[in-house]
Amino acid sequence: MIALDKTSQLPDEQRVVMTAVGLTAPNGNDLESFRASLLGGRSGVQDYEIRYVGKTLAGVCNFESTKYQSKKDIRRGTRAGGVGVWACNEAIARSGLEWDKLDRSRVGVYVGVTEHGNVETENEIHAIKAYDYDTQFWSHHHNPRTVANNPAGEIALNLGITGPHYTIGAACAAGNAGIIQGVQMLRLHECDVALAGGVSESIHTFGIFASFKSQGALAHNVDPSKASRPFDLDRNGIVVSEGACMYVLERLSDAKARSANILAEIVSYAINTDATDFVLPNPERQAECIELALKRGGLAADQIDIVSTHATGTSSGDSQECQALRRAFGENGRTRFNNTKSFIGHTMGAAGALELAGNIPAFQDRVCHATINVDRLDPECAIEGLVINEPQELSRVDYILNNSFGMLGINSVLIVRRF
Amino acid sequence: MTPADIRDEILDILSEIAPDEDLSGLEDEKNFREQMELDSMDFLDIVMELRKRHRVQIPEDEYTNLASMASTVAYLEPKMREIVRA
Repeated sequence: MIALDKTSQLPDEQRVVMTAVGLTAPNGNDLESFRASLLGGRSGVQDYEIRYVGKTLAGVCNFESTKYQSKKDIRRGTRAGGVGVWACNEAIARSGLEWDKLDRSRVGVYVGVTEHGNVETENEIHAIKAYDYDTQFWSHHHNPRTVANNPAGEIALNLGITGPHYTIGAACAAGNAGIIQGVQMLRLHECDVALAGGVSESIHTFGIFASFKSQGALAHNVDPSKASRPFDLDRNGIVVSEGACMYVLERLSDAKARSANILAEIVSYAINTDATDFVLPNPERQAECIELALKRGGLAADQIDIVSTHATGTSSGDSQECQALRRAFGENGRTRFNNTKSFIGHTMGAAGALELAGNIPAFQDRVCHATINVDRLDPECAIEGLVINEPQELSRVDYILNNSFGMLGINSVLIVRRF
Repeated sequence: MTPADIRDEILDILSEIAPDEDLSGLEDEKNFREQMELDSMDFLDIVMELRKRHRVQIPEDEYTNLASMASTVAYLEPKMREIVRA
């Protein structure tokens, strides 16, 4: 019996559950293979080269892109749209929904993005350089590719969805923010099915790499699989990755009515803002965000079994998150902490959704996957309960809390419960 | 470029902008749109590719000449006659 949280006392039409997930990550193209990679210690980071920056590292997704899109649609669209189309089709295929009979005006698409349009703009500027920057050679595809709703719009076009679609720009908190938006819209009955999560095409923009490099925050290592190393003393920055993770969300009443398989229930969330710096995080605000999510859910910190940390492998960011975790969780003896970026790098807009997904199977197998590449644990990151290098079996997993923070001081926390 | 060269060039452009289409049976006298899925953005791609590859300018009010392969080749022949095929 799971100790009751506030949400479980709400009527079923106000409770929101995850009934399927579709994803592509640098080390897996569905939940099963992704989870197997996380339990098996398999990294998805590889050597990578991008214009102007040259040789670097990245997490690259490799899925069958023509399974759900024509070559023409891939050419016309964006990578963010493409990974999103893949993830949504995969999620729907696993949901048990009778898609052809579904009223698609009641489906909403809510896609978190860290950024959008950089890739396409850089490509066009690069292309017109050959024409001495004569703008008559600038593509007419530029605007539909770069409008901020593009990834969500491509998903809606592909699936014939006529309900609302838009993106949620929330830096690297976007994956959580997309899911939270889906929950809110379901509770408001703005839709009956929400496709919600996050996407990232950021490895295709040199600007992201160059900016992190100038900031001294781009990871480097002779062994790509060792480059992303949150909490380790030798961490030297972020590995930029692409990915997508989209959930099918439904009200519990609808999920029950169709006897859907339920992966998890979303029992609480919070978003707040540091309001202190463009880049540097604020552990006090992060802790407040975690505490707000716990309070809203009517949960005590020691009810959380697994915390999926945000840590990206930067020198200050990791230790500051650990300060927030110490304040919010103390040494409660129960909560375990792990990190997905140590395997796949930072999937930016997809990170929140993807990192949560990799932990959800723990509700069944009761295993907390590790954070890998911790050879020399930074004493500032030595929080009690950090699961290092090897997965850890737990006696029970009822609640998972997912941290996702981003630039301009946006913090997001999502709590899901075993159903 | 001869009319045959121009036809080859248009076929090459079409294969790039409509990569899912089988163009082997394309009938020159029939409208493109009756034989393949082409929308207004695709026609703009044809215009853009001709501009990029050969600096051929097609004014907007003359786009209707691009309806079929035969009409396209006939329209482009005077504009591309002097171009040496690469």
